Amino acid sequence: MPDKPDRNAIEVVNVSKIFGSGEGQVAALDTVSVSIRENEFFTLLGPSGCGKTTLLRLIAGFDFPTAGEILLYGQDIAPLPPFKRPVNTVFQSYALFPHMTVADNIGFGLEMLGKPKAEIKARVAEMLKLVKMEALAGRRTSQISGGQQQRVALARALAPQPKVLLLDEPLSALDYKLRKEMQIELKRLQHETGITFIFVTHDQEEALTMSDRIAVMSSGKILQVGSPWDIYDKPAERFVADFIGETNFLTAAISGIGNGKARATLKSGTTIEATVAEGFQPKGNATVVVRPEHAKLTNSKGDLSGTVENVVYFGTDTHIHVQLDSGEDFTVRQQNTRSAGCGFERGDKVGILIGNDAAQVLKD
Amino acid sequence: MATAEEVAKAAERRDVRDRWLLSAPALLVIFLAATGPLLIVLVYSFLTPGSYGDVKWQFSPEAWIAVFLERDIFDDTLSIAAAHVTIFLRSIKLSVVTTIATLALGFPTAYFMATRSEKTRDLWLFLITIPFWTNLLIRTFAVLQIIRNEGIINTILLKLGIISAPIQILYTDTAILIGMAYVYLPLMVLPIYASMEKLDFRLVEAGYDLYATRFQVLRRIIFPLVKPGVIAGSILVFIPALGAYVTPSVLGGGKNMMLSNLIELQFGQGRNWPLGSALSIAVMIIVMVALLAYVRNAGKSGVRHG
Repeated sequence: MPDKPDRNAIEVVNVSKIFGSGEGQVAALDTVSVSIRENEFFTLLGPSGCGKTTLLRLIAGFDFPTAGEILLYGQDIAPLPPFKRPVNTVFQSYALFPHMTVADNIGFGLEMLGKPKAEIKARVAEMLKLVKMEALAGRRTSQISGGQQQRVALARALAPQPKVLLLDEPLSALDYKLRKEMQIELKRLQHETGITFIFVTHDQEEALTMSDRIAVMSSGKILQVGSPWDIYDKPAERFVADFIGETNFLTAAISGIGNGKARATLKSGTTIEATVAEGFQPKGNATVVVRPEHAKLTNSKGDLSGTVENVVYFGTDTHIHVQLDSGEDFTVRQQNTRSAGCGFERGDKVGILIGNDAAQVLKD
Repeated sequence: MATAEEVAKAAERRDVRDRWLLSAPALLVIFLAATGPLLIVLVYSFLTPGSYGDVKWQFSPEAWIAVFLERDIFDDTLSIAAAHVTIFLRSIKLSVVTTIATLALGFPTAYFMATRSEKTRDLWLFLITIPFWTNLLIRTFAVLQIIRNEGIINTILLKLGIISAPIQILYTDTAILIGMAYVYLPLMVLPIYASMEKLDFRLVEAGYDLYATRFQVLRRIIFPLVKPGVIAGSILVFIPALGAYVTPSVLGGGKNMMLSNLIELQFGQGRNWPLGSALSIAVMIIVMVALLAYVRNAGKSGVRHG
C-alpha cells in the first residue's frame, strides 16, 4: 500500500527464545528480526511449531525473550509485564471471562486502566456497535455463539485503544463460512480503527487475502517478509514456495545472471527466462519454481513434454497432473468454462508452455 | 381388552413401585443411621432428666430454657446462663477464625498445587492426604508435643535466647486454634484445588493483557472463578470445627470448653440428657443458619452486573 507511513510500530531486534535448559533446550525463536509498520495488517505465517505464537507472546509480554530487544515506537518493552504494555491480544480460545457479561468483558481493560465510569460506558457502547453486538450486551459469554464470542473478544481487545492488536489464530475455531465473514470483518475493523494488527495463522489463504505484509516462519526463523504478491510470486526459498499455494519444482542449470533475471536450462533442454532474488548468485544447478496457473497445456510441443497422469476437477478450475519425460512431476491449473471439458485425458501426450516471467529461481 | 393407554399406565405404576422397592434398603439405612437418631435426640430434648442419667417420659421445656438461661434455685427467676453463652461464643469464634486461617493458608497452597506440572500435581495431592493416614488423636498429640512448654517451639526460642521463659500456648484458645487449623487444613485445600485445577489459566493471561495487576487478576478473575471451591472448603472446615471434640479436649485441657465438650458433659457427669439433646439441636440450628447466610451472601457478591 503506497499511502502507508514508514514509521515502525514494532521492531523485533535479534530476538531469541530458548525453552528448557541443558540437553532438552529448544530454540523456539532463533535471532529473529522484523519491523512492523504503523497501521499495517501484518501476518506471521507458518506451520505449527514454527515460533509464530512464541513471537506473538513475546510482544504481548506473556513470555520474555532470552536475548534481543522488542521496540514499541522506539521504546524497549521486552522487560515490561503484559499489564504495562499498550498492546492487547485476541486469544485463539477467546479467553472471555465466563463470570462477566458481554459488556463487562469489553469494559474490563478500561476499568483496569482506571477510566471514569461514564467514559467506560460510552466506549463499551461504541465497541458493541462496532462489532454489531448491541443486542447481547447483558448476556453471559457462555450464552452466545462461537462467532459472537469472537466479536466480543475483538471488542474487548480493541476497547482500550491499544497501539498494536495481536491476534493469535483467532479464526481457527470457526466454521468455513463464518471464517470468511470474519476475515472481511477483521479487515473492516482494522481499516476503521487504524490500529496496527499482528495476525498469526497457519492458513496461507487467510494470510494472502488479509495481509498487507506477511512474514513466513519455519523452525524459529523468519524466512521471507513481503507483500502477499511477493511471497506468492517471488518465493525466495523452497520452504516458502512449498508452504504457500501449490507449485512445481524443476531442476535447471542457471547461466547469464543479470538485471534480476537468469537463463534456466531445464532437463528437457529448453531454456527459459527466470527471476532471481536480488543479490543472489546461483551457481550451476538450482531449483526453479513455476506456479500451476502460470503454465499452459498444449497438444503440440512445448517447453516441457510429458504424459497426463490424472485430471482433477475443482469447480472453478481443473488440475492436470503430468509426468514429465524427465521423470519430474508437473501440475497445470486450467480455468474451467461451461461449454467444454478441459480437453485432456489420462494418457495423452502433451506439451507444457511456461509463460513469460513465470519462473523463479530459489535459494536452497 | 386393555387399551394402549391402560397398558402404558400399568407399566408406569409398575415402574414407580419397582423404584420404591429398589431404593428401600438405602432409605432404611438413611432412616436408621441418620434421621432416626436425630428424631430421638429431638424428642429427648423435650423430656425430664432422670436421676441417674436417661430420661423420664414426661414433657418439659426446661432443657430448652437451660440452653441460654439459668433458673435461680431459690426464687425461680431466670437469668442469662453466662457459662453457656461464653462457650457458644468461643466455639463460634474459634470456628470462624479456624475457617479464615485455613482459607488464608489453603488458598495459596491450592494455587501453588494447581500451577505445577501435571505430574508434580499428583505428588502434591498425595502429600496433602498424608495426615489422613493417622488417627486424629495422634495428630492432636503431635501438635501438643510441638506447642507445650517443653516442646519444640519453646525449646528453640529459649535456646536462641529470644525468650527467657516458655510461652504458655498449650491449654489456651490459641492452642485449640492451632490444632484445629492443622487438622482441618486439607479439607480447605482439596475443594479449592479441585476448583483451581479446572481454572483456565488463559483467562489469567487475558487479565494481565487487559492491564489488570497481579492483585486485580486474583480478585477479579481467579477468586470469582474458584469461589465454589472456597465455599465448599469453608463449609467443610466450619462444621466439624464447631463440633470439634478431641482437639479442644486435648489442647484446651478441659478448661477451655467448646460446644462438644459441654454436650459431652451433660450426657456424662451432668446426667442431664435433655439438656445435652437441646444443646445438640441448638448447634445444628446454628450451623444451618450460618450456612444459609454464608451461601446466600457468597452467591450475591460473586456476580457483578454492569
